[in-house]
Amino acid sequence: MKLSKAQYDEIAQFLGHVQPTRQSLRKLKEKFPSQSQSTLLSIFSQEYQKQIKRTHAKHHTAEAVETYYQRYLNGVMKNAAAPVLLELANEVDFAPSLMARIVLERFLQEREQAIPSKTLINSMLRDPSQIPDGVLANQVYQCTVNDCCYGPLVDCIKHAIGHEHEVLLREMLLEKNLSFIAEDQLRAKGYDKTPDFILEVPVAVEGHIIHWIESKASFGDESSHQAYLQDQFWSYWNRVQESAFPGQISCIKGDTVYGTGVTRVFLCGYQKVIHSL
Amino acid sequence: MAAVLELLLREEVAVGAVLRWLRQGPGHRPAEENHIHDKLVSLSLLQKDFVPFLLNFLREQTSQILTNGPSTPAKTPNSKAHGSQRTGSERRAGHATSSRVQLFSQRTSVTSCTTDTSFSPAAASSGSSSFSGSNLSSPCSDFPSMASSSSPSFGYSPVLNHSERRSSQKASLGSFLTATPEALPVRRGRRKGGSAVSASGRQVPRDMGRSLAEEEDGKNDSPSWSGGRRKRSEVPLVSARSPPSQLNLNNLEEFPPMGAASGWTNKSKPSRRINPTPVSAERPLSKPKTCFTSTPVSQSPTARFSSGSSLEAFSTVQEGNLTSAISSSLQEEREMLKKERCKLLHQASSPAGISLDPGTPTKPSYTRSASLPAESHLVTCADPAKISCKKQLECLAQLYSSCIAENLVPNIFLELFFVLQLLTSKGTSTAEEEEESDLEVNEGSKNASGRQHFRSVHNCVYFAVQVLDYQYEIISHLEKGTLKFLAENERIASFSPTLHERLKQAYESSTAKVSLLLPCSVQSVSFQPETDNRSNFPSDRAFHIFKKQRDIFYELLREWEDNHEKTGWDFERVLGNKIRAMMAHLSATCNHSHFARLFQKQLIQMCKGPVGGGASWGDTPDQDVLNMLGPDNLSRLKRLQERFVVPQSIRGPCPPPSFPGCQQFFRDFILSAGSYQFNQHLVDSLCLKILELDGLTLVEHEHSDGEADMDEQDEKKRFTVVLLSLRLLAKFLGFLVFLPYRTVEQPTRDLQDSAVALRNQTLPVLDVLKLLRRSIRDHRSILTVPWIVEFLSLADHIAPFLDYYRKVFCLLLQVYRLMVLSEDKEMSFLNKLLILAVLGWLFQVPSVPEELFFATDVRQEGVMVDTVTSAQALDSVPLVDQQLLYTCCPYLGELRKLLASFVAGSGAKNGGFIRKITPTAAESLAPKASVTQRKLQVELEQAFFHNQPPSLRRTVEFVAERVGSNCVKHIKATLVAELVQRAEVMLQDKVKEEDANHDKLLEEVCAHLYEEGAQALIKGREFCKKKGPEAVRVLLPEETSAAVLSSAEDIAVELATEKACGWLSANIAALIKREVKATFNRMLKVPGLPLPSEEALELRRDCPPGCQHRAPFPSQIINEIKDVLCVAVGPRDEDEVIDHDWLESLLGRLSQTLRCRKFMCPTSEQQLAKCTVELASLLVSDRVPLSAGIKPPEKSSERLRVKNNPTYGLLKLLLSVWKEDFGMPVPVQLMFSRKNIGYLSEVKQREWDLFLFMLHGLVEHDLMRTSEIESCLRSLGELPWPSDFLKELEMLSRVFTSEHHREEPRTNPRELTRQSLGTVTAQS
Repeated sequence: MKLSKAQYDEIAQFLGHVQPTRQSLRKLKEKFPSQSQSTLLSIFSQEYQKQIKRTHAKHHTAEAVETYYQRYLNGVMKNAAAPVLLELANEVDFAPSLMARIVLERFLQEREQAIPSKTLINSMLRDPSQIPDGVLANQVYQCTVNDCCYGPLVDCIKHAIGHEHEVLLREMLLEKNLSFIAEDQLRAKGYDKTPDFILEVPVAVEGHIIHWIESKASFGDESSHQAYLQDQFWSYWNRVQESAFPGQISCIKGDTVYGTGVTRVFLCGYQKVIHSL
Repeated sequence: MAAVLELLLREEVAVGAVLRWLRQGPGHRPAEENHIHDKLVSLSLLQKDFVPFLLNFLREQTSQILTNGPSTPAKTPNSKAHGSQRTGSERRAGHATSSRVQLFSQRTSVTSCTTDTSFSPAAASSGSSSFSGSNLSSPCSDFPSMASSSSPSFGYSPVLNHSERRSSQKASLGSFLTATPEALPVRRGRRKGGSAVSASGRQVPRDMGRSLAEEEDGKNDSPSWSGGRRKRSEVPLVSARSPPSQLNLNNLEEFPPMGAASGWTNKSKPSRRINPTPVSAERPLSKPKTCFTSTPVSQSPTARFSSGSSLEAFSTVQEGNLTSAISSSLQEEREMLKKERCKLLHQASSPAGISLDPGTPTKPSYTRSASLPAESHLVTCADPAKISCKKQLECLAQLYSSCIAENLVPNIFLELFFVLQLLTSKGTSTAEEEEESDLEVNEGSKNASGRQHFRSVHNCVYFAVQVLDYQYEIISHLEKGTLKFLAENERIASFSPTLHERLKQAYESSTAKVSLLLPCSVQSVSFQPETDNRSNFPSDRAFHIFKKQRDIFYELLREWEDNHEKTGWDFERVLGNKIRAMMAHLSATCNHSHFARLFQKQLIQMCKGPVGGGASWGDTPDQDVLNMLGPDNLSRLKRLQERFVVPQSIRGPCPPPSFPGCQQFFRDFILSAGSYQFNQHLVDSLCLKILELDGLTLVEHEHSDGEADMDEQDEKKRFTVVLLSLRLLAKFLGFLVFLPYRTVEQPTRDLQDSAVALRNQTLPVLDVLKLLRRSIRDHRSILTVPWIVEFLSLADHIAPFLDYYRKVFCLLLQVYRLMVLSEDKEMSFLNKLLILAVLGWLFQVPSVPEELFFATDVRQEGVMVDTVTSAQALDSVPLVDQQLLYTCCPYLGELRKLLASFVAGSGAKNGGFIRKITPTAAESLAPKASVTQRKLQVELEQAFFHNQPPSLRRTVEFVAERVGSNCVKHIKATLVAELVQRAEVMLQDKVKEEDANHDKLLEEVCAHLYEEGAQALIKGREFCKKKGPEAVRVLLPEETSAAVLSSAEDIAVELATEKACGWLSANIAALIKREVKATFNRMLKVPGLPLPSEEALELRRDCPPGCQHRAPFPSQIINEIKDVLCVAVGPRDEDEVIDHDWLESLLGRLSQTLRCRKFMCPTSEQQLAKCTVELASLLVSDRVPLSAGIKPPEKSSERLRVKNNPTYGLLKLLLSVWKEDFGMPVPVQLMFSRKNIGYLSEVKQREWDLFLFMLHGLVEHDLMRTSEIESCLRSLGELPWPSDFLKELEMLSRVFTSEHHREEPRTNPRELTRQSLGTVTAQS
C-alpha cells in the first residue's frame, strides 16, 4: 500500500500539536479512515517524537521539574483519584510517560535523599506496583497506559512489531527461495553491526541491486531515514554495500510514500535507500 | 651554541626549557603558549644550530674514550668532508673549528662548494651552519683545508661572531682550492693503493692529531690547536679510515704489514673457536646455467659503488678479484679468507664508506673485535660508583634523547650506534688515570661545556644507558639478536637494572628473528615468451634480430655468472665489445624498447630478492649448498656464516649506495654498453614499471570473511615484493638519470652555479615530487618513500641544488620531522621506523648536502596530511616487520655487530656470553638426499611450466591459492568449530566450579585442545588432495594431455598443501585460542549463566500441529489490551464502555495468538502476561465499564447475580489462558500488589466475591498455591489501608484460609463462594 507524499503531509499536518492520547488517535482514525491503524499510529508516534525532541529540554529544567512536582502534590491532595499527572502532561504539552518519569524521579529523590538510578526508575515505570506510594503508582500507571507514543507499553509494542516483521520477512525470503544470512548468524560470524538479512546472492529490484535488507518497525519518513542512515546504514554499507530498507510500514522516495508493509515489500518495491536520500 | 649548553650544564636552565626553545626554532611550529626561558630568548637565532652543536659536542667529548671503537660515522653538519668516515676525534676537531674558529668554518664552507644561493642568512652566518656546509665537501675540500693549516693564525674568532666577510671570500677561496691539482693524485693513491698505502697514509695525520690532542685538550682557545685539528681532519680521505687519535705509531700491531695483520687477526679470535672450513672448496668453476652463483663474501663490499665514479668503483672490483685466488688446499683457502677479510676491512673503510673497521688492527688495547686474553685486563670495568658529573650527564642524556625522539637529528640510528659505542667503549687503566688527572684540570675550568664529562668509561656508559632507557621503544623494536645482546649486556645490568629487566622481557617476547643473509629464491634465467610475439615487431628481420639479441644477452649473463669471480676477469675487457656490438645491432633495427623491457624484467627477476647493501645472497658462499640444506638449516647455516664473516666488518650504519650481487652485472652492462638509446628506453621502461608498482592497491579495504589472517600474510608478502622491486627499479633509474652528471669530485662553485642554472631548465624524467606528495596525501608513504630514497641516493653532487630536487628533499625532510615515533593509528611503529631509517640513511649519503637537514626551512613545502585516514591507507597497515626493515636497511645490523664485538672483546673477562659453536657434521643435518631431491623437484616443476603456456602456470597457482585458502576455512568451520564447542562445554562446567582465574582456565582448556589441533594438518592435506585435482581438471582445457594434467594436479595439490599446512601449523594454536577466548568472553558476558530452573521455565513451545500462523500478531493484541486498560484506568468519557462480547473475543484471540508461537517473542509474551493480570485486577475491582448485553437484574438474588455477572466468564477465560496458553509463568502475584488491591479499596461497594472467586481460581488452575496466597494476603494486611478496608481484608483472608483448609477436595466452588461470602457479610 502506497501513501502519497501529499497524504503523508496531510496527516502530519493534522497531527500538528495533538496530545498523544487514544482520543487523539481515535480522531485521527476518523479523519483518515483509509489508513490502517498501525500506519497512523506510526506516523503519529514519529511526528510526536519530533515534537518532543524539540521541547524536551525545557521540561527538564530544575524550575520546571519543581513546578510539575508541586502541581502534582497539590492536585493529588485535592483529589487523589483524579488523573492529575495525565492532565498536567496534556496541559504543558508533554508526553504523559515522560511527565510520569519526571515526577517519579523527583519523588524518589525527595524520599531517598539521593538521585535514583535509571534502572530503578525504569523498572518502576514498567511495573508501577513497585512505587512505594500508592497514589503515585496509580497516577504513573494511568500515564503510561494512556500514552500512545512513549512509555514501556509502547516500546514493547514497537519491539513486538519489529520482531513480527522480521519473521515475516524471513518467511518471504524463504518463500522466494532467496538465500540469506540472518542477523544472529552474522553476529556469530563476528559482524559488529548487522542488518536483519544479508542476501547471499544479491537481487535486482526496480533496477537497483539489493545486498541487504533491514526491516524497521516504524514509519519510514525522511527524518527517520536520515537518522537510521546515520547510525546504521552507512556502517552496513561499509560492510555489505547496497541495501534494501523496507520501512516496515512505508518509506518515502521523492514525493511518494510507499506504504508497503513488509509482507508486500518484497514484491512491490524495495527502496534503494542509500540512493534515494 | 655553547652558551646554551653552558646554561644547561650549569643548571641555570632546565632541559625542558631548552627543548621548548628548540621547538620554537625554524621549521617547527611556533611556540604558542610555551614560555621561552629568558636566558634563551636572546639566543633565538641559534636554535637551528643547536642540534648539530650538541651532536658535535657529544662526539668531541667522547672522542677520547671512543678511540678504540669504530668511529660513529656521522654526516652531521659539524663533521667534515664525508663526515660518515670521520672518527670521533676528527669530528671533535671539526667541532672545534666550527665553534671556535671562524676562519675555518668559513673556509670549509667555501671549499665545500655547496653553499647554495638560497642559503638562509641566519644559517650562513652562524658557526655551525656554515660548518655544515663543509660536510658536503667531497675529497676536494680536504686539500684546501690542509693548506689552511699552514696559516693557523688566519682566523679563529669566537663562536657567535657572525662574520659578514665570508661571502666575499667564499667564491675565490673555493675555486682556488678545488683547483689545486694535488687533490686528485692523493685521492687516486688511496683508491688504487692497497691497505699498505692507506695505512702509511694515515700515520701522519694520526700522529699529528694525537700530539695535538694531547697538547690541547682542555685548552680550547689555542689557535694552533684548531689548526692542527683541522689539518689532521682534512687530510685526504685516508684519514677517514684512520682510527681515532690515540694511536701508537710505534705499535707494530697497530700498523702492521698486511700479512701480519691478517695473521694477527686470526690469532686474536680465540673466542670464535671456528676453524674456517672451505665450504665451497669443491665448487665447480662453471656452474649450471640455472644457478647464478654468488660472489665471494668479500666481493660485495668491493663492488660497493662509491660515490665518486662508477668506473672507479668498477676498478675496485677488479682489484678485489685479484686477491681471490683459486685455492685447492685448505691452507690456501684459509690464507685466502684472511686476505679477503683484510681487504674487505680496508674497503669497508674506503672513502665512501664508513667507519673504522674493528678488524683493522689498531692499538691492541683498543681493538674492539680482538678479544685477546692478554689485553682483556686492559678493558676497564665500567663501574656505576665511579660516575662523575652525574647531573650534567643526566641533563645531556635527556636533551639528547629528546632530540632523537623528535627527529631533530639527521639519522636516529646513527645516534643509536653512537650510543652503543659509548656503551661498549673500553677505557684502559692507564687511560683512566689520565682521565682523572684531566678531570682535575677540568674542574678548574669554569666553562661547564668545556669540561670533559665523558672522560671516563663510567660516565660514557652511564650516559649511554640513560639514553637507551629513553629510547627503549625504538630499541625494543629491533631484531631479536640485537635485543639479546642488549639484554645480556652486563653494563646495562649494572647501571640500570630496570632497563636490563625491560630489555630482557623485550628479548623474550620478541619474535623478530632476522637473518641479514636472507635465503632468497634465486631463479633460473627465464625467457619471457610474451615478448617474443612476432606482432610486436615491425619486420621479420627485427624479430629475428631481437631473438638473437636475447640469446646474446643470456650468454653474457652466463659468462658473467661463471667467471666474474675469477681473478683477472674484467667485465669491460671480456664483455665490453660484445655488448657494444649487440647494441649496434639493436640500433640498426630499433629494437631498443624490446631489449630494455627484457633487461628490466631480467633485472627484477634476478635481483628482486632481498639484496641490500652488501648482505645479499650474492655474498653467500654457495647458493647450491645452501639450497640443499632446506629452509631451516639454511637459515641456521646463514647465521653461522654471518658470524664468520659479517660481524668483523663493522661498516657503520651509513654505507654509501651500492650494487651488490647480480645488480653489479646490470650496472656494468649499462656502463659498458654506453648506449644513449638503450639508456633512454630503459629509463622509460623503469619509469613505467615504477609508476605501475607504486600505484598498486596492496591492501584490500576490508576482509569480509574468516581468511583475514591469511590475507594479511599474503598482503605483507606482496607488499614486501613490491617494495623491494620498487627500490631496485628506482635505484637503477637513479643510476641512469644521474649518470651523465656524475662527477668524481665535488664540482667547483662556479661549475655548480652554471650547472644548476642549466639543469633547472630541464624537466625531471620521473616526477618524484608529485608522486611523493600524492603518497603523503594518500597515506602511502610507506611504499613510496623507500624507493624515492633509493632513487635520490644516486643523485649526483649537483642534483640536490636544483630547484626541483630541493623541493623533494624538503618534503622528505618534513616527512622525517613529522614522523615522530610512537604507536598510533595513523601509522604502525615499524612502518615509521623503516621510513626514518631509509631517510636517515639518505641524509648521510655523500652526495646529499648536509645543510639540507639543518638549514632547510622545513615549512617551505607544506605537507598536506589528511587527517582522515581511509581504510585503504597503506601507512596504517602494519606491513613492515623486522625482516623487511633489516632487508631494506641492512646497515641496521651494524648495531648488533657492534654489540657482538663488544661481547667478543669482553668475553674472556666476564666468562660470559660467547657461545661455543660446535661444528656438526654434515650428515646430521636433514636427510640430504631428500633435500636435494626436493630442490630437484622444484627445478623440475619450473621446467615443466617453462614449456607450457603461461595460463597453465597461472591456473595451477590460482587453484593452489584458492584450495589452500578454502582448506583453512574448511578447517576453521569444521575442526576448529568443533573444538571450540567442546571447549565451551568444558569451560561452562569449570566456570561454575570456580570463577576465580579465568585466564588460567582458558589456558588449561586451550592446551588440552592444541593436541587435537594437530589433526588440522592431516585433514588439511586430505582436503587439498581431494579438491585440488578437481579444480585443475575443470579449469584446464579439455585437450590437455593426461600427463600434463596429472603433473599440474600434483603441483597444485602440493602447493595448496604447502600453503594451507604452512599456515595451519603456524597458526592453529593461536586460532584455537582466539576462538575459544572469544567464545568464552561471550559466555561471560551473557548476564548470568542460564540457570537450570530458568531453562525449565522458559521452555519454548512450538505451534500446535497444523497451525496456520493466522493468529493476530502479538503487537496487535497488546495494543488492544492497552486500549481496554486505558478505558478502565481512565480518564474516560461518561458514556464510554467496553463491549463485553468484544472483550470476550479479544481474550479468545489472545489465546490464539499465544498458541501460535511463530511471531511471539519473549518481550511480547511478558507484556501480554502483565497486561492480562492488570486487566484481571481491574475486572475484579469492577473498574472495567462493561456494556453487558443483558444487564444483570438489579433486584435478583445474590446467587443469581453472581451467575449472571459477565465478569465471571471473563475471569474464567483469563485463568484458562494463563494456565493453558502462556509459555511462561504469569506474574499473577501482581494481583496482590498494593496498587491493584488499591483499586479494590477505592470501590464504594466492594464486590469481594469476584476477588474471592479469583483466589479460588488461581488455586484451582495451579497458578498459585494456597500458602502463597495466604502469605500475600498477610503481607497486604501490613499496609496502611483505611481501617474498614483492613477489616474486610482480614476477614477475607480468614474465610479463604478456613475454606481451603476445610474443603479439600472441594465441591462446587461457586457454592463455596456463596457460602463464604455470606459469612463475610454476616460478620461485617
